[in-house]
Amino acid sequence: MSSAMFELILEATLDTLYMVAISGVIAALFGIPLGVLLYVTRPQQILAQPVANRLLGVITNIGRSIPFIILMVAIIPFTRMLVGTSIGTNAAAVPLTIAAIPFIARLVEGALNEINPGLVEAAQSMGATPWQIITKVLLPEARGGIFTALTVTVVTLISYSAMAGAVGGGGLGDLGIRYGYNRFSPTVMLITVVILVVMVQGFQSLGDYLVRKSDHK
Amino acid sequence: MATREGGLFLPTRCTARPWRPGALLVAQMIRLHNVSKTYYPHGRSRGRPASDAGVTALKSVDLHVPKGQIHGVIGLSGAGKSTLIRCVNLLERPTTGSVFVDDQELTSLSGQALNQARHRIGMIFQHFNLLTSRTVFANVALPLELMGMKRGEIRERVLPLLDLVGLADKVSQYPAQLSGGQKQRVAIARALASRPRVLLCDEATSALDPHTTGAILELLRDINHKLGLTILLITHEMEVVKSICHRVSLISEGKLVEEAEVGDFFTAPRTHLGRSFLNDFLELEPPRALIERLEEAPGEHSHPVVRLAFSGDAVSTPLISRLARECGVDVSILQAKVESIQDRTLGLMIAELMGTADETREAIDYLESHDLKVEVLGHVQRDV
Repeated sequence: MSSAMFELILEATLDTLYMVAISGVIAALFGIPLGVLLYVTRPQQILAQPVANRLLGVITNIGRSIPFIILMVAIIPFTRMLVGTSIGTNAAAVPLTIAAIPFIARLVEGALNEINPGLVEAAQSMGATPWQIITKVLLPEARGGIFTALTVTVVTLISYSAMAGAVGGGGLGDLGIRYGYNRFSPTVMLITVVILVVMVQGFQSLGDYLVRKSDHK
Repeated sequence: MATREGGLFLPTRCTARPWRPGALLVAQMIRLHNVSKTYYPHGRSRGRPASDAGVTALKSVDLHVPKGQIHGVIGLSGAGKSTLIRCVNLLERPTTGSVFVDDQELTSLSGQALNQARHRIGMIFQHFNLLTSRTVFANVALPLELMGMKRGEIRERVLPLLDLVGLADKVSQYPAQLSGGQKQRVAIARALASRPRVLLCDEATSALDPHTTGAILELLRDINHKLGLTILLITHEMEVVKSICHRVSLISEGKLVEEAEVGDFFTAPRTHLGRSFLNDFLELEPPRALIERLEEAPGEHSHPVVRLAFSGDAVSTPLISRLARECGVDVSILQAKVESIQDRTLGLMIAELMGTADETREAIDYLESHDLKVEVLGHVQRDV
């Protein structure tokens, strides 16, 4: 393989990692609080707000029901407004983030739902404020579940980022399509696929390790 | 000058407080006044039509627990025990009525003030409710963190508590590594961390085996004794009431139907439910074969079968042999049991009185005149 090809692959790999990292981090920053909000505003919960809860739920569901490839195109004006362009890794990171936020939120909500309600009750009996319940009970108790949610999200982002390549987003998906598919190069296609598989395996193992470490059940 | 100095010794606190019935005799630590709780099927009761009845879990409950006492509330599942104990620290807010703990009306508080008041009320649960993500130490430290206490102070407070509950060697273990009894000990240490005046126990031993139950009850009694802590507990087990409570209330369908000193309750429950709890506890039911032969009305050739409950002096008096001598009645003992409850001894017996109708009537009068509780269960045909 030529060194030019090697550089292309390396650059594409770094682009993918960059897109996944930036969208993963930003989506976590918004998605985890949204997931907490979805949970604590449920009826009978510590900050019960049935109307707000239903509204948030509907918005989250809308976000989750739009196919990624359509979302990517549909929000191009928003992407342009935010990063100044609709092509490249930065532009691809915007729809990736938007898609990942409701995804993480629902997974986090599910993780919180696994917590024994007795623990919240115990904290309330000790005079804990809702904020203290969130930071000292809910989030620490759901840590394993949240790591699982983030791992699933990162893996999903890796495959979505490959889709972003189709519209000029850069990264391994872009490389695979342009060189592997359009130029009929099975080698490049194979290499991109192998790198993606290794990446997913790596993140999954890291996630599993973190889940194991935080689980004292 | 002298009079002014003398004034310092006046009990000014007493004059500052409104007079309450009973307050002069003994300080009440927990007071529930006319507490009712209704659950509505569709959330809150705001602007609700009168037709929407809801489910009433508590009906006009009045409960007073004096300082330093262990008070038990016993009832079957679904009777409202859990709701009752949750109303004391307002985990459930009563629909009507008021709750006082240590002379503070909790029902008038909300938000921060309520949280402050809850620091003075510890609670333990049937399933322990320890945080799985925290070590034993950190679990006990939690209520202190919530109060904003500093790390060093927390350490000084937590370690002696773990000593008290006998878990000094488990400081850095996680709850999953502990047995049920050890988990409840951690929960007790956690409940005591904020130095509460009151401890609420929600079926605290129901998930434990009999041996561990005994040890946990022992610990609670110890804490009550050492710290003068007032304990309110709910349970469905007479064993718990018998071994640590001073007073007991019986709850049925959301109402307190009976309240008594534990000794009195075990010797002479006043309600049908009370008697059935006692009988289940003592397992003193007539044998099945006998029940089938029992007839309600006395026949021409039948003998009464009676349940005798005796306490106090009656236990040590040879009443049965006297009965035979003085009334000419033969007594066939079908079942008997003696229990000691606190400082009292309680004897129970199921017996068939064999004699003529007049003789047996006389025998029953004789027993009742000696302070025995006599209950005629029925009559059996004499074997001819």
